[in-house]
Amino acid sequence: MEIITYVMSNLSLLAQLTLEHIALVVVAVGLACLMGVPIGIAITQNERIARVVLYTASIIITIPSIALFGIMIPVLSVIGHGIGYVPAVIAVLLYSQLPIIRNTYTAINNVSPGLREAARGIGMTSMQRLRLVEIPLSVPIIMAGVRTAVVMNIGVMAIAAYIGAGGLGVLISRGISQSDPRQLIVGAIAVSLLAIVADTLLLALQKRLTPKGLQS
Amino acid sequence: MINIENLTKIFDTKQGVVTAADHITMQVPEGEICVLLGPSGCGKTTTLKMVNRIVTPTSGRVLINGEDTTQQDTVTLRRNIGYVIQQIGLFPNMTIAENISIVPKLIGWNKKRYTKRASELLEMVGMDPGTFLKRYPNELSGGQQQRIGVIRALAADPPVMLMDEPFGAIDPINREVIQDEFLKLQRLLKKTIMFVSHDIDEAVKMASRIAIFREGKLVQYDTPDDLLSHPKNDFVKGFVGSDRALKRLQLVTVEEVLETETAVVKMNDSLSQALVKMDDAGYERAIILVDDARRPVGYISRSVAQANQGDCSKHYANLRSVVRLEDNLRTVASKMFTHDATWLPCVNSEGILEGCVTQRGITRHLGATYKAVQ
Ligand SMILES: Nc1ncnc2c1ncn2[C@@H]1O[C@H](COP(=O)(O)OP(=O)(O)OP(=O)(O)O)[C@@H](O)[C@H]1O
Ligand SMILES: [Mg+2]
Repeated sequence: MEIITYVMSNLSLLAQLTLEHIALVVVAVGLACLMGVPIGIAITQNERIARVVLYTASIIITIPSIALFGIMIPVLSVIGHGIGYVPAVIAVLLYSQLPIIRNTYTAINNVSPGLREAARGIGMTSMQRLRLVEIPLSVPIIMAGVRTAVVMNIGVMAIAAYIGAGGLGVLISRGISQSDPRQLIVGAIAVSLLAIVADTLLLALQKRLTPKGLQS
Repeated sequence: MINIENLTKIFDTKQGVVTAADHITMQVPEGEICVLLGPSGCGKTTTLKMVNRIVTPTSGRVLINGEDTTQQDTVTLRRNIGYVIQQIGLFPNMTIAENISIVPKLIGWNKKRYTKRASELLEMVGMDPGTFLKRYPNELSGGQQQRIGVIRALAADPPVMLMDEPFGAIDPINREVIQDEFLKLQRLLKKTIMFVSHDIDEAVKMASRIAIFREGKLVQYDTPDDLLSHPKNDFVKGFVGSDRALKRLQLVTVEEVLETETAVVKMNDSLSQALVKMDDAGYERAIILVDDARRPVGYISRSVAQANQGDCSKHYANLRSVVRLEDNLRTVASKMFTHDATWLPCVNSEGILEGCVTQRGITRHLGATYKAVQ
């Protein structure tokens, strides 16, 4: 009951924090796609490099986010962004690499050898093969990776409130420091709801982007 | 014309080196179908793929119409060679229209031209463009997919085609249909084709020449008839099968063994005239009855003519079967066995009698080529 009253009286704050949260995740995962998809495609050319890249990305993802923020503070202070928006985005960008790179790599590698040979035999250049065959066929799996990244990083972004990046984590951190269970609970529920909604919307988008001939 | 000179491919594998193709030298003349035939792993596919450089030769070279393929850019080379792979390889993310139009698009045809071409090709293989253009490969049967695979390779009208077991994935009945369709197309298009098969019957049916491979080596390269009548060694003999004489039957059409000087009787000839004609022509058992337009109506058997009096029109028996000029002798032999006949009348496309095929004629024709070399 108390919680509902809290929500009703703080609607605009809640909306503002949610938007901040979404903006952070969208920008960071967006950048992560621009980086991870090309890397995932590039490493299909060389198995050894692929192993090194995927291994590195898995190590990054095991670093606890609090520790990662801590490491970045002195490094980014050099350019005057030790805390706030920049380290938050960078952290999410790094955490997103594993699901995005791995899914892109697996998807491209899984295009059947027959199709690849048909594309070569028909006289497509390697860029045409990527654009016309390999990427369209990989879209569903790449999108699944993006979904994983988004859902995971909505959680990570909640912690970024501690370094002043804003977002719904602000409610959680305030709830803890002020011993105010209302803010803590509202913040936690909002983060979970956001993750569920994002996952549902992205699943719908994934279906839209899947080539019609692959839907059954 | 495809000229293959000393083409060799050695694969370096963990188990050691594999010589997949060993100094292959052969020529495929313009407009002919050359079938590469042999047991699994003998190097047919490898040889084929060296022509469009999907596999890079270890040594030797391939000339297409006199031009060395190593001198050409591989992408350009491949766009000028139709390629049908064994796994069909239709792009599942593209509609049938897009699949067929892919090469024309790559080489810069305009939309109107490649759209028209796609419809035209579908019609050529008896598929309705209205129904199929917008579909996706997973909405087609195996046989339909295989047809699309073939017409996709034909789309930009390449002079040369490479086909790796293009009809492998279809049941025997549909395979015959699609083979016939393809032969009909080929008579119009006159492409220079290399075609991989492991089926001797398919090879005999499709090929102008057959190349028999064994363990990377080309063992014999001959016309189907020469191959069947004069297999070079025991391996080829074993491969073409002990029924090779029967297989040759399908290489010969009725037209080639037709006895055109056939005596006939008309409706209002009398039975005694019929007997005289039979004796003159040396027919032991019967003579064909034709109408005024010389269309076969039935036959008069000797016993009937001897036992009765009157006009032929009252005493004839119906023909059990007729054959056409373009039928092959395998069909004819089958009809002869079915109807217990030693001869069959042959008609042209208007139904007019052209002559007769006899068992003796068939045997003589097949025997003649055996003796020619012995
Ligand atoms: N990429 C490769 N690496 C190593 N060995 C290969 C490779 N491709 C083919 N070979 C080997 O070369 C030989 C010839 O293979 P190829 O595919 O040409 O046979 P094929 O006559 O087409 O057989 P099939 O009828 O089974 O298709 C085989 O022993 C095969 O194992
Ligand atoms: Mg093969």
